[in-house]
Amino acid sequence: MPNVTLRIFRGDRESGKTADYEIPLTPGMVVLDALHYVQKYQAADLAVRWNCKAGKCGSCSAEVNGRPRLTCKTRMDSLPQDKPITILPMKSFPVIKDLVTDVSWNYKVNKKIPAFQPRPGTDWKMWQKDVDRVQEFRKCIECFLCQNVCHVLRDHDKHEEFGGPRFFVRIAGLEMHPLDGVSRTALLKKELGLGLCNITKCCTEVCPEEIHITNNAIIPLKERVVDEFYDPVLRLVRKIRGA
Amino acid sequence: MASASQTAYQAARTGSWWTQVVPVVVILGGFGAYATWRAFEGAYFWAAPYLSPFYSPLIDIHHRYWPYSPALLILGGPLGFRATCYYYRKAYYRAFFLDPGACAVPERKRDYSGETRFPFILQNAHRYFMYVAIIFLAFLWHDAIGAFRFPDGFGIGVGTLVLLANVILLSLYFGSCHSLRHLLGGKLDCFSCSKFGGARHSTWKSLSFLNEHHMLFAWASLFSVGFADFYVRLVSSGAIRDLRIL
Ligand code: SF4
Ligand code: SF4
Ligand code: FES
Ligand code: FES
Repeated sequence: MPNVTLRIFRGDRESGKTADYEIPLTPGMVVLDALHYVQKYQAADLAVRWNCKAGKCGSCSAEVNGRPRLTCKTRMDSLPQDKPITILPMKSFPVIKDLVTDVSWNYKVNKKIPAFQPRPGTDWKMWQKDVDRVQEFRKCIECFLCQNVCHVLRDHDKHEEFGGPRFFVRIAGLEMHPLDGVSRTALLKKELGLGLCNITKCCTEVCPEEIHITNNAIIPLKERVVDEFYDPVLRLVRKIRGA
Repeated sequence: MASASQTAYQAARTGSWWTQVVPVVVILGGFGAYATWRAFEGAYFWAAPYLSPFYSPLIDIHHRYWPYSPALLILGGPLGFRATCYYYRKAYYRAFFLDPGACAVPERKRDYSGETRFPFILQNAHRYFMYVAIIFLAFLWHDAIGAFRFPDGFGIGVGTLVLLANVILLSLYFGSCHSLRHLLGGKLDCFSCSKFGGARHSTWKSLSFLNEHHMLFAWASLFSVGFADFYVRLVSSGAIRDLRIL
């Protein structure tokens, strides 16, 4: 098997630059294996976050040749080998060291979301057809690749005003839950900036769990926000009904 | 935010991202230019029994109240429906505003407000254009059925098939609309606890199936509506003769 060059970011929050490492390719190798090879033989201090190597823990997110990917699910033979393969940390979060970023901002956003709360007098029975939709959203592995690629965070740095696709997925799962009794539409509009999303679908493109983030979570939530805040006829109906 | 510089990210991104953008600019731009020219032309929209979809419904054809092209009276409906469509929004934000041009391609820094301020806050009116689109669709079905009625009785010409294919594709585009999917079922949290929940669940499921192909129907119906108008114009101006099949 031939050798390939990895061009890896080395540095911390303040500064850093890329360094090249030449490694031998092995059959079935994924980018995370290649990083482990570098760690074992060439740079023992290379920081890489990982856990399952099975695409399920969501820890190993990085940018491979400029595309946000799980490094454990990106095969080396899917990348052009005649040029160095660039591996950079996720752009939307501060670097801790090398490829490891500080994703704690996400946990702060998560705290703003009211948890599941059953409607008063809930009959604890659910039908499959009522939970079909929600199950898709439960597949999320919190890799934050969608947050990383979203231009609202990545290019416009709206971390203060915007919740990001991962949390729209979580809210969609709660809002569409047949037994939940809380409304999060005002939160979506006012605090989590759903209107900043311009539905350009990069989150959907990168999601390793293939959740239809834009079509099944964000757009239905946008429609619910319209119901509540932008539809004059529905507002009138609500007034007449005294709701 | 990361300390690897913007240029490092720019350099790392392989592949030419503009290959996705150029076709959208060319096709949407081309369609826009053709449709504007045709709407202002005000002629060659009728070749019995075919009516161009750009001119349907035909209002004040004898210019009693409106001296200009009758297409201009109705243009706002279909234009608004497409302009506020969730799919086209994605397409033109990317292609015309480079917002973003493609995923993980660096954008210029500026005051970004997404769809929270004028004019883009108006996108929230999409459902109202969807209601208007129902009226247009009804007229187009009427025209497509009318395209079977020749002066000498029932018949089928190439134009009949063109108008029929067009209205079917437009109906699929309409049926796959996100706002429709929301209205007819998506807005419910619990199908089994709502009135007509069973029927709304199956409607929502079918619309969700169509909705997965919304992009396809958006493009196919854009082509078909442009082609249907072009065909009627060719026949009406005498450039070609319609072929009678039956
Ligand atoms: S669709 Fe919206 S949330 Fe998803 S990446 Fe684009 S702007 Fe961000
Ligand atoms: S929605 Fe998809 S991309 Fe986003 S965090 Fe969850 S699994 Fe990752
Ligand atoms: S290491 Fe767990 S998802 Fe990659
Ligand atoms: S979302 Fe495209 S037509 Fe409604």
